[in-house]
Amino acid sequence: MAVRVLIVDDSSVMRKIVERSLRQAGLDLTQVFEAGNGAEALGVVQANQVDLILCDINMPVMDGLEFIKQLAAVENAKAVPVIMITTEGSEAHVVQALSCGARGYIRKPFTPEQVKTQVIPALAGKS
Amino acid sequence: MSSSKASLAARESHETWSPLLELAAREVFQLMLGSELQSCPTEVSPGPGITSMVGLAGKLCGVLSINCKEKAAAIMTSKMLGVPLDKVGSEMSDALGEICNMVAGNFKNKIAGLGDGCMLSPPTVVTGSDYNLYALADSPALEVRMLFEEMPVILSLQIHS
Repeated sequence: MAVRVLIVDDSSVMRKIVERSLRQAGLDLTQVFEAGNGAEALGVVQANQVDLILCDINMPVMDGLEFIKQLAAVENAKAVPVIMITTEGSEAHVVQALSCGARGYIRKPFTPEQVKTQVIPALAGKS
Repeated sequence: MSSSKASLAARESHETWSPLLELAAREVFQLMLGSELQSCPTEVSPGPGITSMVGLAGKLCGVLSINCKEKAAAIMTSKMLGVPLDKVGSEMSDALGEICNMVAGNFKNKIAGLGDGCMLSPPTVVTGSDYNLYALADSPALEVRMLFEEMPVILSLQIHS
């Protein structure tokens, strides 16, 4: 499956780990965009076509939940599935993320298999 | 809370939370690094090296820190990113910060009622050979000593009631 992905996390190490996990999960990443916060991510989706977004919640400038809310107003990206990846693992956080529009939720630490379990259905739902 | 009650509460939380902190660390190292942490039989210290800290605020206030030698942190980074050890550079601090962040998050998610009521700060990383850490904690630190690649890794939770 050829995928253009945007990875949003304030940690460059975590962005690399997420990319590596996606490749280990079998995704053919044709383009990988990176952003360090939600505001940067909005700039990326306004200028590029992406098929999938993986996004941290706790970030400076604009957090992941605010990013999802504002993504809904970006015409060419509002249907792009967003999967949250975060250390915040409580039920309330999951419900909050899903109610904001996230298609999936992955708790850190995670395995490539857990990433695959969330990402594949999200991509299938988009198409 | 009087000092005797505070110390009693601290002792009780240490007995309950120590295995949870150890489990939280073991899971992070297993899932993100593919490494098994070993129990540390003696009171070894990593000595000068690198320390990552994450603050906790809310129902639990304090600081979780992870201290290890730079060589251990470099190997952790290599395993996390899947890059050769000689290619590890400036991302080492970021990597140890993320490990500390994940251990803190995994730990608080294992304690009933703490997941929602405890916020984590962004990680801070200190390197060098001549520094001391002081936390405004009112009880002794909960300390878990483990071995990573035969090198000591010290996890310390300073709790402020």
